[in-house]
Amino acid sequence: MTEELLDVRLSVNGTPRPLRVPARRLLSDALRHDLGLTGTHVGCEHGVCGACTVLLDGRPVRSCLVLAVSVDGQEVTTVEGLAEPDGSLGPVQQAFAECHGLQCGFCTPGFLTTITAGLRDNPSPTHEEAREMVAGNLCRCTGYQNIVKAVERAAEIGAEGPS
Amino acid sequence: MKPAPFAYHRPGSVAEAVTALAGDPGAKVLAGGQSLVPLLSMRLAAPSALVDLNGIAGLDLVEVDATGVRVGALARHADVLASDDVRRVQPLVPLALAHVAHATIRNRGTTVGSLVHADAAAEMPVVLSLLDGSLEVEGPGGRRTIPAGELYVGPLESSVRQDEVAVSAFFPALAPGAGVAFEEIARRHGDYALVGVAALVDGASVKAGFLSVADIPTVVDLSGVADDDLGEAALAQLEPAGGIHSDIHATAAYRAHLVRVLTPRVVRAAKEGT
Repeated sequence: MTEELLDVRLSVNGTPRPLRVPARRLLSDALRHDLGLTGTHVGCEHGVCGACTVLLDGRPVRSCLVLAVSVDGQEVTTVEGLAEPDGSLGPVQQAFAECHGLQCGFCTPGFLTTITAGLRDNPSPTHEEAREMVAGNLCRCTGYQNIVKAVERAAEIGAEGPS
Repeated sequence: MKPAPFAYHRPGSVAEAVTALAGDPGAKVLAGGQSLVPLLSMRLAAPSALVDLNGIAGLDLVEVDATGVRVGALARHADVLASDDVRRVQPLVPLALAHVAHATIRNRGTTVGSLVHADAAAEMPVVLSLLDGSLEVEGPGGRRTIPAGELYVGPLESSVRQDEVAVSAFFPALAPGAGVAFEEIARRHGDYALVGVAALVDGASVKAGFLSVADIPTVVDLSGVADDDLGEAALAQLEPAGGIHSDIHATAAYRAHLVRVLTPRVVRAAKEGT
């Protein structure tokens, strides 16, 4: 049986990226396999680890828990879309580099997208709020201390204004 | 870890959704998908078709008036949680929503979807039951209202029929002078609770709702019970009501211990809120 393919109008990182995929294609797989955007990582594939988090119309969602056909017409931001227009690191990426917020880096794309949206909604989080912001993302290397520091450092960079 | 193939319908109205469901007994409704998509990926569910509500305009409403809060089928947990009007009219809704998974899941998951999924470990079915709320559903024969007390029939099983779409849920307002509280114990932040308790105190009436204790959300009446006896009184009603279950996460004995500890704590907090 040949599976029916459906047209999906997706905008990814500001660029229209039309797709033709089966209904069962997860958004995570559509990004990675169909569009070649392999920055979005797939860890547990059932919504627990947070590695595949992308922004859907600006809000963090697990891309492994969303069907690509279900978000027709919406805007997706992946980790590839977080750098500055000139290609330099965005504030959260810069903070992760400065604070040693990653080791193997597998979970990092999910943290970066989550924190980018989190700091947009709450630009100066308390220490507890910074912890809460990343509570839905798993990291098996760092022990989280430097990730929380990176959240606080990214907030500082944001407060300093565009570099 | 990929879903099995299914046909996909994206209706533009609830009536079209009902028609699509009625035309295929193996069809399921997709709203936020935060419980359904993992079930599909793990192939614990393999519906022949999905009827995706996400293209239906107007289902994302969160309406608040003096009588209560009406939440549409596409209202995301995060939107309900962020509403100051909801917090003012029925504070138990946001108190419990803050415990529903993580913020990222709440951005996509829907409150009505969580009610219909009927997981006994979920927060919102207990809230709807404790508040005597209701669910509005539309089927081939039109709309009907299901009172919360008739909604939950078994584990992951509600009385919503296969060819019905849950359109909205109604959470009654908190009466003047009444108080509510919510607390749960989970192994990890954002994870399913081992036991959760919601309490509603209104004058002499004291009720508590329990999640993750029995097979369905369970409400017990604790009116007139002395503060020191609340835990035992709750247990005395919960055990015959369907039993306290054991699973890989906790034994029945440990859950009973949590009921003894949490019930007086949450009832006290609800009384302080009156």
